[in-house]
Amino acid sequence: MTTSLNPSRLNRRNFFKVSSIVGGGIMFAAYIDTLDAATAWAAEPAGEFAPNAFIKIFPDGVVQIVAKNPEIGQGVKNMLPMIIADELDVEWKSVKVEQGLFDMRNFQAQGAGGSTATPTNWMPMRQVGAAARAMLVTAAANTWKVPETECSTSAGVVIHTSGKKLKYSELCAAAATVTAPDLKTVKLKDPKDFKIIGTSQHGVDNHLIVTGKPLYGIDMVLPGMLYACFHKCPVFGGKVVSANVDEIKAMPGIKHAFVVDGLTPVVLNSLLSGVAIVGDSWWQVQTARKKLNVTWDEGPTATQSSAGFEAKSVELSKQPAQRSLRKDGDFDATMKSAAKTAEGAYFYPFISHAPLEPQNTTAQFKDGKLEIWSPTQQPQSGSRQVAAALGMQESDLTIHISRSGGGFGRRLSNDYMIEAAYIATKIPQPVKLLWTREDDIQHDFYRPAGWHYFSGGVDAAGKLVAWRDHFVSFGEGNNFVASANLSQTEFPAGFVPNLSLDVSVMPLGVPTGAMRAPGSNGIAFAIQSFIDELALAAGKDPVQFRLDLLANAQPAPAPVAPPAGAPGAGGRGGGGGPRFDAARARSVVEAVAEKSGWGKTKLPKGTGMGVAFHFSHQGYFAEVVQATVAKDGALKVDKVWVVGDIGSQIINPIHAENQCQGAALDGIAAALGQEITIENGRTKNTNFNTFPLLRIKQSCPVEVSFVKSAGDPTGLGEPALPPVIPALCNAIFAATGKRIRSMPLSKHDLSWT
Amino acid sequence: MTVTFKVNGTPKTVDVADDTPLLWILRDHLELKGTKFGCGVGQCGACTVHINGVATRSCQRKASTLANADIKTIEGLSPDGEHPLQRAWEELDVPQCGYCQAGQLMSASALLAKTPKPTDADIDIAMNGNICRCTTYLRIRAAIHRASQMAGAGA
Repeated sequence: MTTSLNPSRLNRRNFFKVSSIVGGGIMFAAYIDTLDAATAWAAEPAGEFAPNAFIKIFPDGVVQIVAKNPEIGQGVKNMLPMIIADELDVEWKSVKVEQGLFDMRNFQAQGAGGSTATPTNWMPMRQVGAAARAMLVTAAANTWKVPETECSTSAGVVIHTSGKKLKYSELCAAAATVTAPDLKTVKLKDPKDFKIIGTSQHGVDNHLIVTGKPLYGIDMVLPGMLYACFHKCPVFGGKVVSANVDEIKAMPGIKHAFVVDGLTPVVLNSLLSGVAIVGDSWWQVQTARKKLNVTWDEGPTATQSSAGFEAKSVELSKQPAQRSLRKDGDFDATMKSAAKTAEGAYFYPFISHAPLEPQNTTAQFKDGKLEIWSPTQQPQSGSRQVAAALGMQESDLTIHISRSGGGFGRRLSNDYMIEAAYIATKIPQPVKLLWTREDDIQHDFYRPAGWHYFSGGVDAAGKLVAWRDHFVSFGEGNNFVASANLSQTEFPAGFVPNLSLDVSVMPLGVPTGAMRAPGSNGIAFAIQSFIDELALAAGKDPVQFRLDLLANAQPAPAPVAPPAGAPGAGGRGGGGGPRFDAARARSVVEAVAEKSGWGKTKLPKGTGMGVAFHFSHQGYFAEVVQATVAKDGALKVDKVWVVGDIGSQIINPIHAENQCQGAALDGIAAALGQEITIENGRTKNTNFNTFPLLRIKQSCPVEVSFVKSAGDPTGLGEPALPPVIPALCNAIFAATGKRIRSMPLSKHDLSWT
Repeated sequence: MTVTFKVNGTPKTVDVADDTPLLWILRDHLELKGTKFGCGVGQCGACTVHINGVATRSCQRKASTLANADIKTIEGLSPDGEHPLQRAWEELDVPQCGYCQAGQLMSASALLAKTPKPTDADIDIAMNGNICRCTTYLRIRAAIHRASQMAGAGA
């Protein structure tokens, strides 16, 4: 779902520079190479620095560290600087964090997606901090004329064995003349010496947030700035035939109104056709918009609907699958001899990201240069897409990354950035484009709906021996639409001797995209629920059945060549695959059973516990939900236990807990009542009254713990989400005997007698 | 129309269309960006301010209803950012993205003004109109209790 920084590339060619800051400070810049940019680097004039650098040390002792990635609520603005600061060996309280400008030459990958920031930056950020520390040590040793081995550091001070001390801030001039070490070989701390990593550090923007200071994209103001809305066809990809723009232009406060043709052919995540209205205030623009009268050419998607998709899915499920993704052993023969079998047709709907800050971007076009301020998760593709859509050079663009009021994957698509950029190039004033909530819900890149027609069998010993998933999804030929794919390695592949993964697809004109734990957020519900059905068929405890399954790794089958054009599992690494470590999965399942008192608590009828686990984004998560269903069907989620394994370090524990609690409750929100309904090629839902988000009354305690394992830490924005939905559904089954095979729960009658 | 009211103790006069919501008067005319836009239909609470002491969705209050109103926004919740709720929010590290938190704080401060020692049920009722998309509700609840404790200790 995002461009990732492959650590192996880092060692190809990277270096570190130091220079003085006017006024007596020092700046450390790491140039971390990319394959693409390798030649550009070489051409960089020696000694000339870009305005951004990772570390600046000022004479007053302040250490400024750049947070290079977009902050969307995942805590990366703390996490990355904490890693640098620890290796630099300064106190966190002396650190001032600054959001980095989009600048790939300095910072390389700057995305927020795929929970990749931790695994891809762990080592590079340590190296950046350690290299700066090493240079300060050299500078002190040179000053004192002593061997470096007699020098150590602590809290921003170099200390000689004699007791002499020099603060980093006193070494600025001396360090500026030191030759930078090779990042690859610079000495790193022993993890037992970490002083910041592994300690809870509160959000660096908290005070600004609680005092209401301007901070987000929507808060941006430029002198003489106008406000804009962009009115698109309610049917995805529809085009303006005509619009009453002259009438709109005459309305109070309106400065510009014009038709935008959009790209041809239609590119759903770029500039679409619509009407731009620009005026003195956003309210005036919105008022004018209500008088807008547009004749649309709705295009081919107008015939599509959720009901039509459902009917087509049923039809496809009754036919032979269009293609096979994977075939291990002999599913059909094994089913005939199985002791017990089960079937289940599972469905999850389209859902919307709905970050609370509506989409917006501010842009200014001047002298052929475009400057953009945008709450984006992916400035890199934004820059590329803006340049492509507008026929500009990327070198003429400057992108400022604003703090985002939530992301959840929505802001990986930069459609709103492109719209603002385009509008800015058509008018002389700077402009802020701001969508309404209805624009956001009706023009999202939705989590795609999906259908899984499962059948499976267990042998007389209760062991899972046959598994088939006929996955019905969206796409054409061998291609899936964005985020609608199934991996060949999706669990339980590799743990069932006779397994068939089959696929049929239907075309889709509705935009789709990555949403927090893409793929996994729907697939885990289906798979971990059907595993529960098979545990029941086997007469086994759901935890034990899963542990047994994880202990049943099969010899690797001959690799199935992916069909041409088929996307792989993407960055999420969902399911199994070569990176899947069954021992780590077992350890979190065992731990969550222990934490939740699984099987040890006698629960009254109407109350039940459910379990599920999932591996995604390199993280292993097992969760237990306890839920109570009243006789009239009213559901109350009592508690969630989350156990995760994301490697050797929990970098910022207070944020880690918040992310896991948020992910679990986010999953519950989706399960309770979220569904986007498509009718006549458009989204029927409008706002939070028809697309409900979780409210405080619906929240429940979420107890989070971690199992530490060897290996560098991995990301935490996403992997805690997927297991909560099947764990909840399995709990409902335990409480009521009702098996939930479709989302959302609001469509089910859960009453029991 | 021209309308005069007080914002955070200071008289303000604006000239806007009479159906302009207070939210946009605050954000785009008075440049007070702390009050946030989330839904525009009174569903999410991100735009919550106090009008004459009552927690109110500013997206639903038109200019024509504001004459002489006494309005408090997040920028005026305390002179120094040291309201017990603001301190508790920082102490418990409540925010994730942080976008909803101004509205949460304004709803919570109206609650504590009336009910200094709220129960969980009181909190559910007072805070149910404020959506946190990151679902930081567990910490919001804990921080309200913590602020209540701080205020009690300080009294």
